[in-house]
Order: sequence, then structure tokens, then C-alpha cells
Amino acid sequence: MGVAKYTKDAKGQITDVTLQSGIHVKTFYGPEDLERVGFSYEKDLADPGVYPFTRAIHRQGYRSRAWTTRQYTGFGTSYETNERFKLMISHGQTGLNVAFDLPTQMGYDSDDPMAEGEVGRVGMAVDSLRDFEVAFKDINLAEIGSGLTINAVASIMLAMYQAVAEKYGYDAKVISATPQNDILKEMIGRGAWIFPVEPAVKLIGDTIEYSMTNMPRTNPVSVCGYHIRESGATPAQEIAYAILIANAYIDNVLLRGHDVDEFVGRFSFNLNVFGNIWEQVAKFRAARKLWARNLKEKYGVKKEANMFMRGLFGGGGFGLTKAQPENNIMRGAYYALSAALGGAQTIALCSYDEAYTIPTPHSAVISLRTLQLLMDEIGLRDTVDPLAGSYFIETLTKEMEGKIEEEMATIGKVGGIVQAVATGYIQKLVSRQAYAFEKGIQSGELLKVGVNIHTEGESKDVEMHEYTGETAEKQIEELKRVKRQRDQRETTRTLLDLEKATRAGKNVMPYLVDCCKAYATVGEMTRIFRDVYGEFKEPGFV
Amino acid sequence: MAAKNIRILIAKPGLDGHDRGAKVVAHALMEAGMEVVYTGLHQTVDQIVSTALQEDVDVIGLSIMSGAHIPIIEKLVKKAREAGIDDKMIVVGGVIPVRDIPRLKELGVRGVFPGGTPFAEIVSVIRENVERGQEEKWA
Repeated sequence: MGVAKYTKDAKGQITDVTLQSGIHVKTFYGPEDLERVGFSYEKDLADPGVYPFTRAIHRQGYRSRAWTTRQYTGFGTSYETNERFKLMISHGQTGLNVAFDLPTQMGYDSDDPMAEGEVGRVGMAVDSLRDFEVAFKDINLAEIGSGLTINAVASIMLAMYQAVAEKYGYDAKVISATPQNDILKEMIGRGAWIFPVEPAVKLIGDTIEYSMTNMPRTNPVSVCGYHIRESGATPAQEIAYAILIANAYIDNVLLRGHDVDEFVGRFSFNLNVFGNIWEQVAKFRAARKLWARNLKEKYGVKKEANMFMRGLFGGGGFGLTKAQPENNIMRGAYYALSAALGGAQTIALCSYDEAYTIPTPHSAVISLRTLQLLMDEIGLRDTVDPLAGSYFIETLTKEMEGKIEEEMATIGKVGGIVQAVATGYIQKLVSRQAYAFEKGIQSGELLKVGVNIHTEGESKDVEMHEYTGETAEKQIEELKRVKRQRDQRETTRTLLDLEKATRAGKNVMPYLVDCCKAYATVGEMTRIFRDVYGEFKEPGFV
Repeated sequence: MAAKNIRILIAKPGLDGHDRGAKVVAHALMEAGMEVVYTGLHQTVDQIVSTALQEDVDVIGLSIMSGAHIPIIEKLVKKAREAGIDDKMIVVGGVIPVRDIPRLKELGVRGVFPGGTPFAEIVSVIRENVERGQEEKWA
């Protein structure tokens, strides 16, 4: 949930505020604080659009372009999801963010025994290109970019996105997909991993390498501090781990002999918004600066535009409560405010009912309106980085920078990020922190409205998204039809080619595109990877 | 009797990987003196039943966030009966709507703990039920 710790004296006056990242907040700040942290305008801040981009990656900020609105959407079959996509676009949404069901995320077809009870439940079911044809029907893929919330099989889903775009007559060079494609964070939190660390990272490298020439407007990786934070990490750890994870993917592509400036400009980030508003804003500003410095100093990136930390700042799911659910609308508004003050390129909010169900059309539109209201009514586009120069915010941004660097150094000491994930070092750390946090909520040390203060007793009945077994039946019927209608010889040929390429360690992307175009299923393609790569062994967490 | 620690299996059935809740509750139960066996993610019901057998636990605790709790528990109850371990107490936590609680109780679930349930409540429900179960056995 992410609130600071407050110490009060006998009169109830606040005597200390400690943010989650361990920074103490003073009663007030002045020029002496900037001096204390060694703040320099040129080095630490600079004008918007100027290295290290603390203030913004673009000189004009939101004046030239407001943030993209991209609500996480998808449930049931591709037919229902297509309807919801169109609803959101008709209400002014400017990007898509596709939610896949768990079988799809885990590489199982809808008729697999492992998929039982889960088809279309938490996202859209995708078995073959047919489902993408339906989901993206009548959507202008040259104008609307699509986030694809998929990780272990992101390579397959990116190939499928290219296949559907080409089927509808778009050149792959004009489409813009953002597959999440961050497997190391899945191993820390969220848990939708399949393959061991090494081949899983190799697959990510494949998508980055392939996108460079084939889909240059695509953002092949969205590095997610988001879920690491949801799992119990502090804001400083969220950024530290995200940067180190991004570096692991960079290293994989560099080993293939590419120049870093060829690809790193398409990296994007997905960061979380719940928590203390000042800490969040300082986090985003420090993150932008550290990413730019990391690329310039560690990797020798030359082109400034390649040093931009472009990001979706949003969600905040962990901050929402089932108690007094309407309060989540207000929480969402403040979270969006912190994202906008922090310079997000894209914002998505969890809808108020998302703590317990798939959002209704009504609640999804409220989230979208929240973002539009900040954009068009409240004044968030007026000037770039409006909090810049605040004694407090600049001091805090410097202090966050220090904390993030400390966390990065800690991971360096335990053998680097890949090692820290494979051995469970980070999983242990964040699960202990999550436990301590929960104890803080239960004891009332950390305040949560509706949960441990301003409570209202019994929670009211809430509207639930209905899920029925019919979804699975319809989906399995569709899958059967696809299998009957496809040119089986061509499907088999493409799958055999994929298997050979996988065993030979080649870049699998062109083979996946061929498989998708031949209506091979997600399960068929994933099975090849499972056979060749094996599965990740989860480390303990205690 | 009190000397024996309660052994509990914390299991993540199905494909969902959101395990913050499962791990947090596991920490709380360990701190309360219970022995916790954690299955890890992506477990089938068959795997959970077989782990419960092998580890000889008193309690099977499921953490389910995907909404699939009713079909999963129906299957678990059936498989546990087939394996002859239907004496194990079953509890479930996660995203569980209030309206589903009667059905879960009907299936034999002894404790339903939606997100945010105080640890003290989880611990006491488990203790009371395990002790009662042992008394019944000895009676």
C-alpha cells in the first residue's frame, strides 16, 4: 500500500516522517538542504530535454504531447475484448494495453488440461492468429500502439502482432507494440515465468535484435519495476532493480555484436505509482537521471535520445482496497497526479473495482476520465516539471538517487541481478519486507483509510464481472475450427523450422512469425521452447 | 498434544503467479510457531494432494487470486477424498468475494481469508480447527 511511517508526540504533532525508501522528511526545507546534498542546477537538473533529463525527456513536455492513456484491458474471448477496446477508444483512449488470460501467459492452449477453469478469466484467451484477427479488427494499428502484457511468451505474442498487422495490410515498420517482455521481474514477482533464466533472457534478446530492423517503432521491452514494487520492494529498490534488469537485457544484445545506440532507445519502463506522493515524484525524476547516466557512463551511449527513460507510470493496484471501493477513484486520481508530476509518457490506472474483479465498462471509463481530467481541466500540461526548484523536491530527488545507487551496489555485492534473482536473494528480501509492511497495516502503524482508520464496518456488496464456463467452450470451439481449417502441412513445416532454429540457438523471431501466419498455436510453439529450454526452478523465499 | 507443531501446506494452485499474499501469510504462520511447507507456483491439484500426503501436513492452505477458487476447491476436495486425506483441514485465502463463502464452506473449507484478514484470525481459526480435529480423532 505504501505509506510513510509517522512518529507523533503526546500532543499528536508529527515529529518524524520516514518514507519507505528510508529517507527522513524534515519539517521544512531551504537552500541549506540543497547545499547539504550537493545540488547543482547543471549537473542534477538542467533544462527539460537536456541531459540528465531529470525534469523531462522533451523540452516541451506535455505542451507538445499529453501522456498516452492506456488502460489494461482484456477478458473472455477476443470478441469481447475487441468490443471493450473499441469502447475505450470511442471514449478518447489513445493506446491499448492487452490483458491476456493465464493459460496464454503460460503458453498453454485453451484445450490444455492445465488451462481448465482459467480460459478467458483474467484476460483475453489467445490460441492462434485467429484470436488476434478478431481482437484487433477495425483498430488502426498505424495510429494506436498496443501494450502486450505478456512475458514468458512475449516473443510469440510480438510475432503474432506482426502477423496480424501484416494480415490487415500494415507494414511492420509502422506498427508500435510494447510487449512487457521482462522475465526477470516475473521471477521476482507476478510469477508468469516458464523457462530458466538464461534461455528466457535470450528470447528477450531475440525480440530486441529482431525489432531493430523489422519493427523499428516497437518497444520490445518494458522493464517493470512495477511488479517488483507490488511484491514488497521499496521505491528505491524498484528503480535499482529495474535499471539492473534492463542492463542484463542490454548485455545480452551487446554479446551479439550490436552497438548499444542501435537498440537501447526503444527500451521502455513500467513503474508503479502507489505510495507517498513526494517519494513517487522524486523517484521518477531520479530514475530518469540515473538511467541516462547509466547509459552514458556505463555503456557509452552517444545519441541523447537513446538515453531517455520513457515510461508507463501507473497502476498502483497494491494501493487499492476492497473496503470502501469508491475511495479507489480518489486514490487513482492522486496516483495519476504523481505520475504526471513525475513526467510519465503513458499513464494507466487500476480501476476502482480492480482490487477484486475485472473492471466494469463504467469503472474503466472512470479511470480514463480521471486521466483526461488531469490533462484537459486541471492544468498538468501548463509547464514542464512544475515542482522543479522546490527545496524539498530537489533534496528528495538527490536523496532518492543516493538510495537507488545504494540498492544497486547491494545487488552488485551478491553477484549481480541475474544471480540475485536465480538464487532468490531478492525474492527473500521483498517477501520479508511485504510481511513487515502487512504487520504495519494490521497494527495500525501504517495508516490506510477504510482499512485501519475511518472504517465503516461490513463492506458493501460490489458488482462483480461474471465469468462462466461458456467462455472456455466458445474458445475451444474456435481453436478446433482453426485447426481444422489451417493448412496442416504448412503449420507442421513452420513448427519444425522453429524447433531447428531453437535448438541451433538462432534468433527465433522470424520463425515465430512464420508459425503465427500458419496458424500454429501458442501451445504448440511454447511446447517446443519447453522441450528445448526446460523450466525455471523457483528458489525458496524464507 | 500441544507439543506437536501444526504443519501446514501453503499452495498456489493454477497458473496465477501473484504470490505476495501466500508468502506473507507463510511468514505469519511460521512466526506463530507452525511448520510451513510452500509448494511454489503453478501447482496442479494432483501435485498439491501428493505434496500434502508426502509432507504429512495437518492443513492445506490455498492462495487463489485468479477467481477460479470454486472449481479448484471442488477438485481438491474430490482428489483429497480419493487419496484418503479428506481429514486434512482446508483453508483458502486471496481474492474471494463474500458471496462465494457459503459455497466454499459447503465444500468443507474451514477458513476463508480474503485479502487483509488479520494474521491473528488466520492463526486462531487454524489452531482451533486442528485441535478440534485431533480431539475428534482421539475421541
